[in-house]
Amino acid sequence: MDFKPSSIRMWSRLGPSGALGAVAMEIGKNNERAVFITADMTFASGLERFKNKYPDRLYNAGIAEQNMIGLALGLASEGYEPYVVTYASFLATRALDQMKMCLGYMKGNVKAIGINGGLAAGVLGATHMAIEDISAIRAIPNILIESPADTTELVKTMLDIGSHEGPAYIRFTGGMNDEVVYSDDFDFSIGKANRVCSGDDIAILATGNMVRVAMGISEELLKRNICCSVYDFHSIKPLDDAVIKEALNYKMIATIEEHSIIGGFGSSVLEVVNDKYLYNGRIRRYGIADAYPHAASHEAILKKCGLTVDVLADSIESEYKRI
Amino acid sequence: MIEIDQLYNIAAENRKKIIQMTYDAGSQGAHMGGSLSLCEIFAVLYHRIMNYNKDLVNDENRDRLILSKGHGAIALYAALNGIGIITDDELKTYKQDDSVITAHPTFLPDKGMEFASGSLGQGLSIGAGVALGLSKKDSKAKVYVVVGDGECDEGSVWEAAAFASANNISNLICIIDKNRLQYDGDTKDVMDMGDISQKWKSFGWDIEDCNGHDIEELVNVFEKLHDRPLAVICNTVKGKGVSFAENNYKWHNSTLTEELYNKAMAEQEKQ
Repeated sequence: MDFKPSSIRMWSRLGPSGALGAVAMEIGKNNERAVFITADMTFASGLERFKNKYPDRLYNAGIAEQNMIGLALGLASEGYEPYVVTYASFLATRALDQMKMCLGYMKGNVKAIGINGGLAAGVLGATHMAIEDISAIRAIPNILIESPADTTELVKTMLDIGSHEGPAYIRFTGGMNDEVVYSDDFDFSIGKANRVCSGDDIAILATGNMVRVAMGISEELLKRNICCSVYDFHSIKPLDDAVIKEALNYKMIATIEEHSIIGGFGSSVLEVVNDKYLYNGRIRRYGIADAYPHAASHEAILKKCGLTVDVLADSIESEYKRI
Repeated sequence: MIEIDQLYNIAAENRKKIIQMTYDAGSQGAHMGGSLSLCEIFAVLYHRIMNYNKDLVNDENRDRLILSKGHGAIALYAALNGIGIITDDELKTYKQDDSVITAHPTFLPDKGMEFASGSLGQGLSIGAGVALGLSKKDSKAKVYVVVGDGECDEGSVWEAAAFASANNISNLICIIDKNRLQYDGDTKDVMDMGDISQKWKSFGWDIEDCNGHDIEELVNVFEKLHDRPLAVICNTVKGKGVSFAENNYKWHNSTLTEELYNKAMAEQEKQ
């Protein structure tokens, strides 16, 4: 696919589902074994064009997510490469046992795409929030977890994920018209974190749409004479160990995720640092407190949860100054 | 073609293997009741109906059997031993550490276990996906999924039933082992599902009702051609062939003392 500025702008305008719709057309063209299965989410996942172009390669499982995962394993066992798509919440918690059995235990070559990860659909209430999905899926062996930082990286992820043989969970975050992290083509590799800002004082490790927030924090802290490196951890499992090791050279590490503070990305960073290395610096994790936020627009909930540039920059600065 | 009498003999042999494995499991016990209800069904499928044998375990055109009611595992192991896929030595290792024959089937296609099961209500979804994949490849292979009547409590069974019907997955056959008992007792007392045949019919499946221990009936049912997904409701007896276990829910998972083992085996000789 051509990563020209106009395409990048268009994907960002359309948001994650629109970008998925665009890249699905490419996947469909390049790989005739690729099939999409959705749970009454064809339109919401941006897959209408794919359905029209490849009617025999898009299945609607109806509002029946558990069955959808089993179907995908069955199709995968016959050599097809299924992409299942629905809300992150309904994949990771509604159909968690099927995710465990069919993807984790039996290692079905299935790519499970969770749209509206985190609080993106927060206006629909806690039912449609996925703030536990990383934690839940991460504990299941064998499932790779990806969470692109923006729609540019989403397209990169979707183009590459097919060459990863085995199960994967791809967590989409953010919405339409989000500012991009990657405004141009860039080197992308599953399992490798990208440094998107460089500084010497603090390493900010972020995932999903919090990467863009982390870049804002970096800009804000620079005004206060604190220099940050920002790393985009689009791969949550496996974690890029080399970059974690690199982060230990900073006096402070901050992790940011649009996910519960319990068991998610930040927890996995803590685990690696604690279990593999000695670190004398300070690690501070930022995420969603252990509660379901009340329904509100994405922007309003992020504000309520303190996941905004201003609040996080103040907190990181004060933590840094305590060292 | 294998004759009806021979199929009865095979079922009888497999019944003895099930009793033996249950006894071998000692105080751990085994799911003997719901395995004994499957003996004739498996004899007919593996020896007469399915395009499957030990040389075809990885053949693309093989018929596939998925034991969704994973607790019927020892019936599957006995049947797979009968066609030479599970060896006699392996059959003696039931529930032992690192054995290939575990309490619920592991994911070992080379050993005839097409998929893992044990978490109920997932096999029909997987089977529908396999059958769909086969038909997309214009394969003539069929997919047989064995579920329990208690297992039909699981909502995901009906999600799969609806999908298979809506997409007319006609190479999919669901066998319902209707032994009328589940862990806590009579299916009607645990949660009455009403007329299960009508339920499958109302979901758009072709249905066949038969005596799951009558080999001639089973052969006739499975040899009929269908152009819709087919549900075969097999009326069976939990614990079939072992007098003290028949129709007794306590034999869902239980242990055999030496005395009961001898009694059970002696009954097989008489039959």
